[in-house]
Amino acid sequence: MLDRAARVQAGVILGLLAFVLLVLPSMLSSYWTDVMTSVVIYSIVALGLGMLMGRVGLVSLGQIAILAMGAWIAARLTYATSLPYPVVLLASGAMTAVLGTLVGLPALRLSGLFLALITLMLAGAITVVLTTTQFPNGGPGFLGHTDSSLGSNAVRRPAIASSDAAYFRYAVVVAVLMFGAVLLHLRSKAGRAWAAIRQSEASALAAGVDITRYKLWALGLASFISGIAGGILAGSVGKLYIVQFPISGNILLLAAVLMGGIYTLWGAVVAGILIKLLPALLDDWGLPPDLLTILFGVGILQVLITAPEGIAVQLPRDLGRLFGLLSKPFQQREAARKEAS
Amino acid sequence: MIEITDLTVRFGGVKPLDAMSVTFDAGTCGLIGPNGAGKTTFFNVMSGFVKPAAGRVQAFGDDLLRMPHFRRARWGLRRTFQTEQAIEELSVLDNVAMVWEHAKHDGRGKRADDVLDALAFVGLEAAPRDKVGTLDARERRLVEVARAVVGQPKVVLLDEPAAGLSDAETKHLAAVIRSIPEHTGALVILVDHDMTLVSACCENTAVLDFGKLIAAGPTAAILRDERVIKAYLGTEEVQ
Repeated sequence: MLDRAARVQAGVILGLLAFVLLVLPSMLSSYWTDVMTSVVIYSIVALGLGMLMGRVGLVSLGQIAILAMGAWIAARLTYATSLPYPVVLLASGAMTAVLGTLVGLPALRLSGLFLALITLMLAGAITVVLTTTQFPNGGPGFLGHTDSSLGSNAVRRPAIASSDAAYFRYAVVVAVLMFGAVLLHLRSKAGRAWAAIRQSEASALAAGVDITRYKLWALGLASFISGIAGGILAGSVGKLYIVQFPISGNILLLAAVLMGGIYTLWGAVVAGILIKLLPALLDDWGLPPDLLTILFGVGILQVLITAPEGIAVQLPRDLGRLFGLLSKPFQQREAARKEAS
Repeated sequence: MIEITDLTVRFGGVKPLDAMSVTFDAGTCGLIGPNGAGKTTFFNVMSGFVKPAAGRVQAFGDDLLRMPHFRRARWGLRRTFQTEQAIEELSVLDNVAMVWEHAKHDGRGKRADDVLDALAFVGLEAAPRDKVGTLDARERRLVEVARAVVGQPKVVLLDEPAAGLSDAETKHLAAVIRSIPEHTGALVILVDHDMTLVSACCENTAVLDFGKLIAAGPTAAILRDERVIKAYLGTEEVQ
């Protein structure tokens, strides 16, 4: 039923997943496990932003703020209730979807630079609100507040994933579900309508696409998966601080998503690695973390010039070429040997 | 049948359409006129991209202008654009299926059948799974026409569908356009500058000049009409 390329891709995905779930956690220290968990979390956020930009044509500079909202909601839910963790995740996803869609409403009227600017301003506003309301503070109930100098309690984790390694696996499984959900959307009526909108709103309207509805749907889906990522983040770090969600993070995320590639879902994985693994590696090598901004600037240039489809497409293609070049002498020798015999 | 009554469009002081009244009966109807005559503006009014200052459009008993633009497609209005608008990143199949999904269906015919039927009707040889981005200009045009005829369209508006095609390709397209009414039951309005195409496809033709309807009737007679020739060639003497 599947053609060869699809079978190869399915094989690669299954192999990678098996490695990441079964082998990788046992190879990593607790620190690097935490780093890999945040790679997974930011891959989910990058997935949402990549979908908005690459498939619907909406630029958002507010996705980190939406992640913060999701984390906040999930943290409060764990303080206020004893709901099972998957329910906490779904609830924070659903609430973030509603709030994120409201934040994205300007997208119905604006596009391009203006939309980017407005979403960045809104991200700033969200950060201000979360700061002034003492994000997230550990008092009782959903909106509870405590003046205790100890501040927040740690966010609880799911019972089946209390260790760092188990929590990493949990995050990977959730990420796979989110990637699956987006993939299903792209292959359905919604994905086809988004492709029409991205190409030309006039022709999409002429084909009967209710543009408002499908844009809201895309914003809602991107916010939903960012909210779920926020829920995973809350359990991962235990305590949330506003400094984890700097406004500049929104811009870095956009840069990472562009470098990873917005036309393939693999791009989101690359973006997660760029935005979370790269700084940890720089730190490990004793290099200043600010170097990241410069590297991203250079990276964006190289992607724009040599591969607008992003690293996720460029890397396999160039590796394929390299392999072809390297194997050429061997093939020629083989051919010569056959000829001689 | 589409009855247009006193349709007027104003852009500031300019009137791209000025009290246009015409009836398109059935089959394939031509709409011609020099550049800037208001042909595409008329299509844009039909699609809902331009709001007219006055006038009515009664199509098969329904008041078209009262529907929101995306609902008109659901009702059965289809159109193609001067610059072809097939969706590059989707496959041929998905391009046509996408239009089907947003249209209304009376239950007969399944999506896959209707889509393949539309592709066979326009005579596209490209594999249905091919991405439209990989096709040439002629194939993209055919995909766009397939998008316009899939399912049960009521009105099909074609805006210069033969632009950029060779003579042989235009001939094939003319045969396809001519058989749309019989194949789908839709009324077709064809805008084009290629008079050979218009004569080959349309029994009746209406002529616009500076937003005003200057003639309407059987195509052969219209193309010999003195007012029409004047509109195309101009009347002022060369100094």
